[in-house]
Amino acid sequence: MTPSADSAAFGRVNEHLGVSRTHPDEPLLVLDDLKTHFRTDRGLVRAVDGVSLSLRRGESLGVVGESGSGKTVLSRSIMGLLPSTAVTSGSVKFAGQEILGLPDKQMRHLWGAEMSMVFQNPLNSLNPLMKIGKQITEPLKLHLDMDRKNARATAAQLLRDVRIPEAERRLDQYPHELSGGMRQRVMIAIALACGPTILFADEPTTALDVTVQAQILELISEQRRDRNMSVILVTHDLGVVAGHTDQTAVMYGGKLVERAPTKTLFANMKMPYTKALMQSIPKLSDPSHTRLSSIPGRPPDLVHPPAGCRFAPRCAYARDKCHVEEPPLVQADQPDHVYACWFPVGSPEFQERDADLARVGGIPVGIEGAS
Amino acid sequence: MTDLSTHMEHGQANLLADLGQMPAQDVTQKGRRLGIGFWLAIAFMVVIVLVAVLAPWLPLKDPEKSYVIAGERPPYSPSWQFWFGTDQLSRDMFSRTIWGARISLTVGFSAIAFGMLVGGSCGMIAGYFRGRFNAIISFVFVVLLSFPALVLAILITSLLDRSLFTISFTIGILSVAPVGMVSRATTISFADREFVLAARSLGARHPRIILRELLPNVVIPMSALALLGVAVAIVAEGGLAFLGLSVQQGITWGKLIQNGAGRSDLEDAPWIAFSPILVLFLTVLSLNFAGDRLRSHFDVKETAL
Repeated sequence: MTPSADSAAFGRVNEHLGVSRTHPDEPLLVLDDLKTHFRTDRGLVRAVDGVSLSLRRGESLGVVGESGSGKTVLSRSIMGLLPSTAVTSGSVKFAGQEILGLPDKQMRHLWGAEMSMVFQNPLNSLNPLMKIGKQITEPLKLHLDMDRKNARATAAQLLRDVRIPEAERRLDQYPHELSGGMRQRVMIAIALACGPTILFADEPTTALDVTVQAQILELISEQRRDRNMSVILVTHDLGVVAGHTDQTAVMYGGKLVERAPTKTLFANMKMPYTKALMQSIPKLSDPSHTRLSSIPGRPPDLVHPPAGCRFAPRCAYARDKCHVEEPPLVQADQPDHVYACWFPVGSPEFQERDADLARVGGIPVGIEGAS
Repeated sequence: MTDLSTHMEHGQANLLADLGQMPAQDVTQKGRRLGIGFWLAIAFMVVIVLVAVLAPWLPLKDPEKSYVIAGERPPYSPSWQFWFGTDQLSRDMFSRTIWGARISLTVGFSAIAFGMLVGGSCGMIAGYFRGRFNAIISFVFVVLLSFPALVLAILITSLLDRSLFTISFTIGILSVAPVGMVSRATTISFADREFVLAARSLGARHPRIILRELLPNVVIPMSALALLGVAVAIVAEGGLAFLGLSVQQGITWGKLIQNGAGRSDLEDAPWIAFSPILVLFLTVLSLNFAGDRLRSHFDVKETAL
């Protein structure tokens, strides 16, 4: 295969994309300075403001942040599922091909077939009036040109793959006959139907029972391994990210503030925001009635973001510089670990402030009673 | 962190999977019967529609023929011979009322069918695409709503003719905006649900999303509204008849009522006006009742989902 033939294949987004031809080391998805802004009556909302990252095939990336940090908009921007008020810029390359701003007509060949999405609320993401089987076979017929019989058999197999008992019978049931966890499994089966190379899971477990959450996350991880599929897991829960992703990106106020391999991030986080998120997870080892630590203040106004570091107004370690100058993403000691902070965790200034805070009895990041 | 990952072990995965089906569903289904009133209303409507359709083959008196009884002055009061009495020309009110149902029901149903088709689809397009479509269509709806209905009806009937088609069309036009508004609102409430975005994210086209994902969901609440709309349209025809603007040829309930509504007739022979009034009232009541029951029936279902 000559290089020119290769690039010609990538050029035809209309055709079934030759993703398998990508070199295993070559990233499958590359974002470069992706910006998504929304025009509103209040002004321009900078929901995603310059995010760059890359993802290899089979890898999973966790995108973490508070509500309103732009993580959902980020995943929808990549897929091109934005309302008409959105303005995007930057670049999203999928398998070497620029896909940002492609018209729906061309994106439709990618949707479902190459990238698909599992949504937050399984009670809402299935059509209440359509049988489960119908909903799974629709994309199969659309993208893979399967006939009815074939599609039905595949649908039953998909339901078995996502561990739904009595798969055959479920095909003829309606969504309301299934529990929330079951419905999310069905949703995952639909998303997996055409063998996508990237699965976006947008808070896939937020609407579910805690006991079911673990099963669903395990199911997604398992399917990722079996299908050599990339997963972008959007969540506000660092705990979810810990067990199920290779890379973690932390977002704040529409910006990427820290990104690292998940293990590195947990071992050696640099950004005080990541640390604060981490501390807000209740620990089993804490004595009962321990005050939950929270991050004071509210997420920044994305119409008028604060000058300097966006987290500075809520950061216990912020100094004058933080309020004025925006910190760039810099490389940490480990490879692949970048962060945006002037006085990262472990720096002399951080240590100094930490000692001060400990002396006055404040909780290092979360100032008590502030939520 | 380690305790979190141990939570997520395989063992639990299948444990709760068997609980997939919820038996609770049957209980709620039983709690929401439509009730005997609903079925009585439906039965009445079925009877009315059947006799209207079968009128030419039923052993009825000729609605246009005068049945003069020698030595007595019409109108004759209700009797064994004339169940609903007769009008001033001694024509049988019972068979006239039944024949009147033919045109009145046709006007009612076809007007709403037109409203549903035009208003319903415009409303769905406005609700789904939003933006410019929504702005234009909403503006047209508001104009239609603020235009005096009666003036529009007089305008159309005097410019065109007073055929069955024109009358149905006129009332149909008047129903476009109210029906469209409801269809738009219903569509918006469904278009925001994730299953629509999910369908899009799987590569479905707009027409497919509208027809396959949205339409079935919108049609249910709309069908209940349609029954209420038929009732309104039937009454509207009666209103037009009172102004002498109803269908020129044939018998309608509105024309029958108008015929008996003269002052002396109401005093001396109230049955001329009241027999069509009674049937019209019962029909509209049945339509309203059935429509209302259906609406609340489906409302419950929505919240349960």
